[in-house]
This record gives sequence, structure tokens and C-alpha cells, in this order.
Amino acid sequence: MRAPSGPEVAVGDVLLSVENVSLSFGGVKAVSDVSFDIRKGEIRAIIGPNGAGKTSMLNIINGFYQPQSGRITFKGQTRSKMRPYDAARGGIARTFQNVALFRGMTALDNIMAGRTLRMHSNLFWQLLRHGPALSEEVEHRHRVEEIIDFLKIQEIRRIPVGRLPYGLQKRVELGRALAMEPDLLLLDEPMAGMNIEEKEDMSRYVLDVNDYYGTTIALIEHDMGVVMDLSDRVVVLDHGIKIADGTPDQVKSDQGVIDAYLGLAH
Amino acid sequence: MATNAAAPADTFPKLLIRNAQLFGTRPAMRQKDLGIWQTWSWAEMHDIVRAYAVGLNRLGLKRGETIAIVGANRPKLYWSVMAAQMLGAVPVPVYADAVADELAFVLAHAEVRFAAVEDQEQIDKIMSVMDRLPKLEEMVYDERRGLRDYDHSRLHPIDDIIAAGRKALADPAVAAWLDAEIAAGNGGDPSIILYTSGTTGTSKGVVLTSERSIKAATDTVKFDKLNEHDVALAYLPLAWVGDHYLNYAQGLVAGFCMACPENTDTAMADLREIGPSFYFAPPRTLELLLTRVMIRMEDAGGLKRKLFHYFIGVARKYGERILNGEPVPVSGRLLYTIGNVLVYAPLKNVLGFSRVRLAYTAGEAIGPDLFNFYRSIGLNLKQLYGQTEAFLYVTAQPDGEIYSDTVGPACPNVDIRLADNGEVLFKSPGMFSGYFKDDGKTAEVMTPDGFVKTGDAGYFDEKTGHLKIIDRAKDVGRLNDGTLFPPKYIENKLKFYPNIREAVAYGDKRDFVAVMLNIDLTAVGSWAERNNVVYGSYQELAGHPLVYDMIEKHVAEVNRSLAVDKVMAGAQIKRFLILHKELDADDGELTRTQKVRRGFIADRYAALINALYDGSREANISTEVTFEDGRKGTISARVKIRDMAPLAAPAEKAA
Repeated sequence: MRAPSGPEVAVGDVLLSVENVSLSFGGVKAVSDVSFDIRKGEIRAIIGPNGAGKTSMLNIINGFYQPQSGRITFKGQTRSKMRPYDAARGGIARTFQNVALFRGMTALDNIMAGRTLRMHSNLFWQLLRHGPALSEEVEHRHRVEEIIDFLKIQEIRRIPVGRLPYGLQKRVELGRALAMEPDLLLLDEPMAGMNIEEKEDMSRYVLDVNDYYGTTIALIEHDMGVVMDLSDRVVVLDHGIKIADGTPDQVKSDQGVIDAYLGLAH
Repeated sequence: MATNAAAPADTFPKLLIRNAQLFGTRPAMRQKDLGIWQTWSWAEMHDIVRAYAVGLNRLGLKRGETIAIVGANRPKLYWSVMAAQMLGAVPVPVYADAVADELAFVLAHAEVRFAAVEDQEQIDKIMSVMDRLPKLEEMVYDERRGLRDYDHSRLHPIDDIIAAGRKALADPAVAAWLDAEIAAGNGGDPSIILYTSGTTGTSKGVVLTSERSIKAATDTVKFDKLNEHDVALAYLPLAWVGDHYLNYAQGLVAGFCMACPENTDTAMADLREIGPSFYFAPPRTLELLLTRVMIRMEDAGGLKRKLFHYFIGVARKYGERILNGEPVPVSGRLLYTIGNVLVYAPLKNVLGFSRVRLAYTAGEAIGPDLFNFYRSIGLNLKQLYGQTEAFLYVTAQPDGEIYSDTVGPACPNVDIRLADNGEVLFKSPGMFSGYFKDDGKTAEVMTPDGFVKTGDAGYFDEKTGHLKIIDRAKDVGRLNDGTLFPPKYIENKLKFYPNIREAVAYGDKRDFVAVMLNIDLTAVGSWAERNNVVYGSYQELAGHPLVYDMIEKHVAEVNRSLAVDKVMAGAQIKRFLILHKELDADDGELTRTQKVRRGFIADRYAALINALYDGSREANISTEVTFEDGRKGTISARVKIRDMAPLAAPAEKAA
């Protein structure tokens, strides 16, 4: 199996860093002058009140938005902006705040779609379903089945995802991201809209992904209990500005963070 | 020493050796893993189990010791049973969904030093009660996942144990030692301890010996003509006598292939893929399948729905008679053939019954309509009656002598006798040798001349000579006016309606019959969706007036059918209520095999029962519930009660 491109980064070293990144839409400053880093192997949470710029930050990291200024360093390569293609090839995968699956396709096919970047046989062989295309398909299917086993979704393998309950759709989406075998996994509110039991399940899977595959995870989440339990380090944004960065305990006791969440007396 | 095929083997390991020689390359076991069916032949399985046995012995397992087997139906757990038996050790399977408390009781009572478990979940459960299991030393596990940070000094992957054994077996001295161990196996020694589900209180360890087990299995294999070309899906709990008998013992005796599902949730899909030829399902599962089919038919297009109902009607008229080989008019035969192409065959294919040659149901009385439905579409479904103490079979229906209300004549070599109070007593080749560490209880259920008391009341049908079971002997009661009251008979009539999942009837030493019901969330939920009934929880749906109206109609129909029979006319249901929560095994309301524990429920819902009999229109109730992880919570509700107008008994009603 081919590893994602780019030099290897040792566990604990900086995998990705953003420096002085700013992004504005017209007059609205979504992100201004934010810097932080993500170390290999950690679970890094990005939190903040609504409209703080969290999703914008994720979109900058995976190249969907292009910041007006600042630098992004991923696996030692510094760029002024990331392109989605580079991000995906380089080993960044993500899930979306609103589930973004192919609703008419089965759970299996959706996860298989995550392998696209790793398929090499040309259209000719793929149309024939023979030769290199067949052996490649078998290899990829094996990987996908491992993920299905990992996420315990065997019973929904053949069911179109549109018919699945929301919690399971989220799990399939996580599966598709995992199918890319990413170095960095971006999770945009993986527990939004879930009940407590589903949240507990999803938390377990996030920890297991980090533990079993060694995947570095950047996570946006509103449920503070989840964030504090799961993450190694937390960065807090408010109105596009970084107001705190540190371990969950440090962040919890930070006055700026408390003010941002509870509001200040004016 | 390998046994010669002609010589009768008296232990399961000896049978395994015989099968490896007779059916070497034929499939012995299959399991779906990573989406693909994996197959082990008898020869391969034999090699693996030998290596596993040596590995377990190196870990310390010795003859006569017990080893717990905890988990779902997986080849490695079945191999654990075989490997233990190879060493002369006694496997003690435990239900995978047992809560920690039950697990602790069985493991402590059986004095296990070893445990073979499925995964992290089971290990966590055992760890949580470790202080009650001072004797437990080593655990081996199948699934590595999630165990990386655990203390591995006493945890070993089964794969490693097998690998270590395989390496050791390269030494001819070790192989010779193992051969001697297998040869030393005595058919009279305990081969397994199965803990009963505890319909009547805490579970008891039923000790079975391999010689008797194999004798019983040989009889039934012959009776049903099972052979090495049959296939069964092992999806029922490993710790249940049914799985151990039907799949493990019969599989080893007949040499058929046992397939393990990918996991419990995929069993239905796996059933369809494997297409078993030998199938067992408790009435509850058959009911669930039928409910699902009916619900899906409700959602189907008009033409399909019409076709389905028309041909099911045809099947009800002729199917049973065709299956029994009785004369049927040519037009009926023709219609049935068309129905088979259009409806029955596709339906059986969806359910995974296309290749089923022989199907059994047991465990509870089955509704005649349910039973006849499956037979009418051409599934050779039969009933058997048995219990753990008998190593399953007491009676079974032979082909061609099938009646929905009997359980058949005594099995080959089984003696049945009825006690004065109607209790069924039996003596069978497979009967148990006693309860583990409980001679007192053993003596209680044995008669002086060696018969076992089943605790079930029944009688022999005069017409057919088959045994009929009506209820538990101690449960059959009488109303204050002397009317016979067999609660299960009434409950089963209610439970045939797909909307009613569970029913508990009361009436013994009371003035009239009253019932508490559970609605079926799938069926009633789908009904609610179609009728724009909005609900947020089981509790809300159960209390909905429209749901009450619907259930009232069902109860009225049951009363009508009771009124027809003059013996039962007095036992019509006068009042009923729908419970605010589903009865659950975790709360002790059902046994692990999903039978209602009427006495326990009566205590727990005493407030509701009082209300049923004191004429109140509603009652308050608050109950404690146990979640799967052992936490407890409380549910309270106000439950409504409905009155039913009794129907007149038939005119010639006896005094």
C-alpha cells in the first residue's frame, strides 16, 4: 500500500501548523491572524461560540477556502494556501457538519468512494473489470471491509445510506474519511444532533481511530464534555481571533474563554 | 489413539477425529469475516483444535477443571469447547448478553479457573466482578480490538495459544501425549455444564455427559436423516442447550457444516446467504419474521399486495395438505404451483428458507395460525418438546404427523409418563447426570425410578397419541368459580396478533381473568406512522387512546375464540391494560430465553394488578429499570385500564 505523499513526521512532532492566517469575506473577518499547530498523534479540538470561525479554519486547512494572508505548513512543506487536491493527496480527510454522503449509494459503496485517490488502474481496465482493475478492487474492498468491521456496521453494508438513521450516516461518513487512510482527519461537529448514547458511541470511535490507526485528529465540537474528555489540546476561537490554546484544564480555567462563552457584562 | 469409524465414539473429541478421517475435506465450519465467508474443513478444524488443546494445557488447563466460554457464536469459541473437551476439561458456556451479576454467579458457582471470551466487552464485564471470582486465573480472547492498554499478564489471544500449541505439537512426544489424553476421555465424565435460563428462579448448572449426549444426538440424527451434506446456521445463544444440541452435538455426530453469522445483527442476511438445510427458530423469531414480512407488504404497491394476500389465502387452503401428501383437487394444486412461483418461493428466498429441508420450533407454544402459515408456504416446520435436563429432545413430530397443537410422540428410546397432577415425566438417553454441586435440587426433580420431572403439565391426545403441553404444571390455576385457567394458553392467543408483543395473564384464585400487555413497537410504530399518530417513546405510544382502541379489538376477538370452547368460556378476559415499559430480561422480567416470569412481574407491578381487580380506571406505577451497562433508573407512569364486555358462553355450557 502506498503511503500518502510527503515526508514522514514522527509522533509528537508538528504535523501541521498555521501561522498568522487571515481570511475575510468582503468586510467580514472570518479568521484574523490565527496561529496554532497540530502535533502528530494527538486529538486537537477547535472550539468557540457560534460564528467564531471554526469551520472556516477547517476549510482553510483542507484547502477549500484560501486565506488572504498567512502560511500553512503541512509535513514540513510551507504554502501560502492549501489546495483541496494537495490536501487530499497529502493525507488530509474530513467529515462534514451536515452529512455529505451519496444518499442513493450503499454504505459499502460510499466508503469505497473514499479509496478513489488510491486507485491506479486506468479506465480501460476498470470498465472491463479484469486484470489489474480486478485485483485492485479486491485489495481495496479488503481495506473497506476492515473499516466496516472496525466501525461495526456490517449489518448496513448493503443499505442505501439515505435510509439509515442519522447516527449511522455519521458513522459511514467517518468510514469514508478513514478509507483514505489519512494522516490528519478533520471532524466537523461529529456529534451534532446526536443523543447521548450515539455521542458515547462516536466518542469511542474517535478515540479508537486515534489509538488503533494512530491518526491525528482535529475536531470541532460544541459539546464541552466531549471536547474535554477526548482532546489532548484545545484551541479556542472567538470572532475569528484565537483567545486561548492549551490543555483542556488550562482552557477551562482561562478567563477569556469563560467570558467568550458566558458573555461579558457591558 | 484415533478411533476407527465403525467403533462408536463416546466423546466429542473422538468424533472430531472420526469426522476428520471420514469427511476430511468437507466443510465443518464457516464464518463470515470481513464480508467473506471463511471455511474450515473437518481436517483443518481437527488440526486447529489439537493445537488449541495443547496451548490451553500449557496455560494450565487440566482434566476435570472448568473453563467458561463467554460470547457469541464464533468458531474460536466452539473450538474452545472442543479443545477443553479434548483435555477432559469441562466447558461452561455463558450467555453473551448476561449482565455482570449473572456472569459472576455462574463463573463463581462453576469454579472456573479459565475463561475463553469473545472481546473487550466481555473482558470488561468479567473484570468488573473479579473480586467475586478469586479462582479465575487466565483469560483467552478472540477479538484483539480495544485491548491494547490492558494488563496482558493474564490475557492471551486465542490465536497465540493455538500458535504455541502448534509449535509444541511438532514434537512427537507432545502429539503422543495428546493422543493419550483423547483416548483417556471417558464418555461417562461430564462433557459440559449448561446453566438453565432460570424460568423458575436462579439458574442451575445442568451436567451432561458426552456418552449420553452422543447417544441422544445419534437417535435424532437418524430420526431426521441428517448427514454431512446438511448446513445449519448457528445463531442462537451458544450457552443454550438448543445450540449445543442441534448444532454442536448433531453437527459432530452427522458431520454437517455449522455456519456462524458475522455478528448478531447480520444473522438474517447471513441466513439468506448460507441457505441452511436444517433450521431451528423459537416461535418468537418466527413471529418476528412474519411481522416484518407483513409490515413490508403493507408498504408494497397495490398489485403486489393483492397478489400476496390472494396467494397466501390459496396456501392456507391447500399448502398444508400438499405438504402432508393429502389429496388436493387439481385446481388447488395448479393455483398453489402458480403461487409458489409468484409468492412462496421468493418469500422463502428472502427469509433464507429456500433450501431448508427440515425446520424445528420449540421453547414455547406456537400459535396455530403462525405455525400453519410457515407450513402452508412449504416450509417443513415441526415442533419438538424438550428441556436442558433432557439434553433437549423429549418428543418430536415425525414427518407427515404434524399438528399445530401437539409436540409429537416420544422420541426414539425416550419413555414418557404422566404424573397424577398431569405433570410430564421422562427418561431419555440424553438426560443429565445431575445439577452441578446441588444434589438436593437433583433429588427434587428425579423420581425414585429414575424419571425426570419436567414441571410441565400435559396430556396425550386421544386421536393422535401425541403429547400436548398446556402450561407449566404449577401455573395452571382455577378462577374462584372453578373455571380452569391456563395462563399461557390465553397469553399465546393474544400474542398471535402482531401488535401484541407480550402478554401476562392473571386469574388464579381471582374472580376473573385480567391481562397486562406489551405492544410491539415495530408493528404499532408502523401503524402509528400510517395513521398520523405522533409519539415520542414507547411509553407514550402504549398509552395512546387509539392504540388502546386497536388492542381492545384484539382482546375482543380472543374472547370470542375463548367463548366458543365451553371449557374456556369462563376464562374470558374482563379487563386489560397496556404496560408503560417493555418487559426486559435485564430487569428480570423475562428469562434470557425471553419467557415471561409471571410471579416476578406480579410482585413488581403489584400496584397495577390491584388496580385491575379493584375496579379502578387507572393506576400509578413507578418501576426501577436496569440499563445494559448495569446503571439503574426509574420509570413512572399513569396506566389506563379498559373493561371488556364478556360474551355469552355456548348454550350447552356445563353447569
